[in-house]
Amino acid sequence: MARTAVLGRLSPIRWQLGDVVELIDETPRVKTILLDAPDWAGHRAGQHVDVRLTAEDGYVAERSYSIASAPEDGHLAITVERLDDGEVSPYLAEELVVGDKVEFRGPIGGYFVWEAREGGPLLLVGGGSGVVPLRAMLRHRAAVGADTPARLLYSSRSLGDVIYRDELDMLDSADPYLEVRYALTRAQPEGWSGYSRRIDEEILRETAYPNAEGVAFVCGPTRFVETVADGLLAVGYSPERVKTERFGPTGG
Amino acid sequence: MEEQDLKLDGNAAAGLFRELFAFELTTARGRCDNCGAVAEVGAVFVYANAPGTVLRCPQCGNVLMRMAKNDGRYWLDVRGVSWLEVHA
Repeated sequence: MARTAVLGRLSPIRWQLGDVVELIDETPRVKTILLDAPDWAGHRAGQHVDVRLTAEDGYVAERSYSIASAPEDGHLAITVERLDDGEVSPYLAEELVVGDKVEFRGPIGGYFVWEAREGGPLLLVGGGSGVVPLRAMLRHRAAVGADTPARLLYSSRSLGDVIYRDELDMLDSADPYLEVRYALTRAQPEGWSGYSRRIDEEILRETAYPNAEGVAFVCGPTRFVETVADGLLAVGYSPERVKTERFGPTGG
Repeated sequence: MEEQDLKLDGNAAAGLFRELFAFELTTARGRCDNCGAVAEVGAVFVYANAPGTVLRCPQCGNVLMRMAKNDGRYWLDVRGVSWLEVHA
């Protein structure tokens, strides 16, 4: 796909249609939607799209979703967690079928973005579906063959709630410069050797790079992000090297 | 739901900014007119649950900007910002 300009004047943002080409069940509540988007001008890892649903009576609902795919991937992907009281996510995660069209616009955002040429080391900390833009960064890093050291610290309720688990474990074992660590907050399988509590300062101290080198990206629910960001400052990261993205409760 | 959960950040205002401005605003730096703190717009606090979108200074809580869109019009209040430095 074509690359967007890094800086400079942006083209007007327009709603466009994409065809659903594949649906992937990530967990019982989470689905990845692959779109064929002919008018897509490319994106950078970490950016998001707005998705718009229009009901027959004209009612419109809009939500933002992080882009799950790398710029180098063949299709644009978003990963959607179904929220039971949501207006948009139940449709995207349950009713959508291959061949349907999805209306969206983007790419949006420039702050929570990582490009391989910016280097690292890269500390990625995700909570729940906050892992989505971090996965785009890891796919981008792998696609360009970057040997930037990277660590992903991923907090999830249980192993079954871990999104992209096979892919992350595969990347972890195949790439000597990448390390993936899980923190399971509610339930752990027997013999679990990873973290078994919410991410705290001690975990961050064990996972962060020596001398808080490099840059950190933190994404998840608001309170998760604030706890982690405070913890990273406590272990020595300077505020301008901790980029955060908060997922709101109205995301559904 | 607690008020703290409603707090987002500048990323959540990026779509609205893209409708209004020709340059990426979340990577622009801005100065809070109340306390003088300088931050990238992507890092400031955003409350999107009001009728409009409210941006607040993460240091002092001052309202930096308010944005609303209705009836084919945008309404923009930037009185809490002394200046914005935008990458050309």
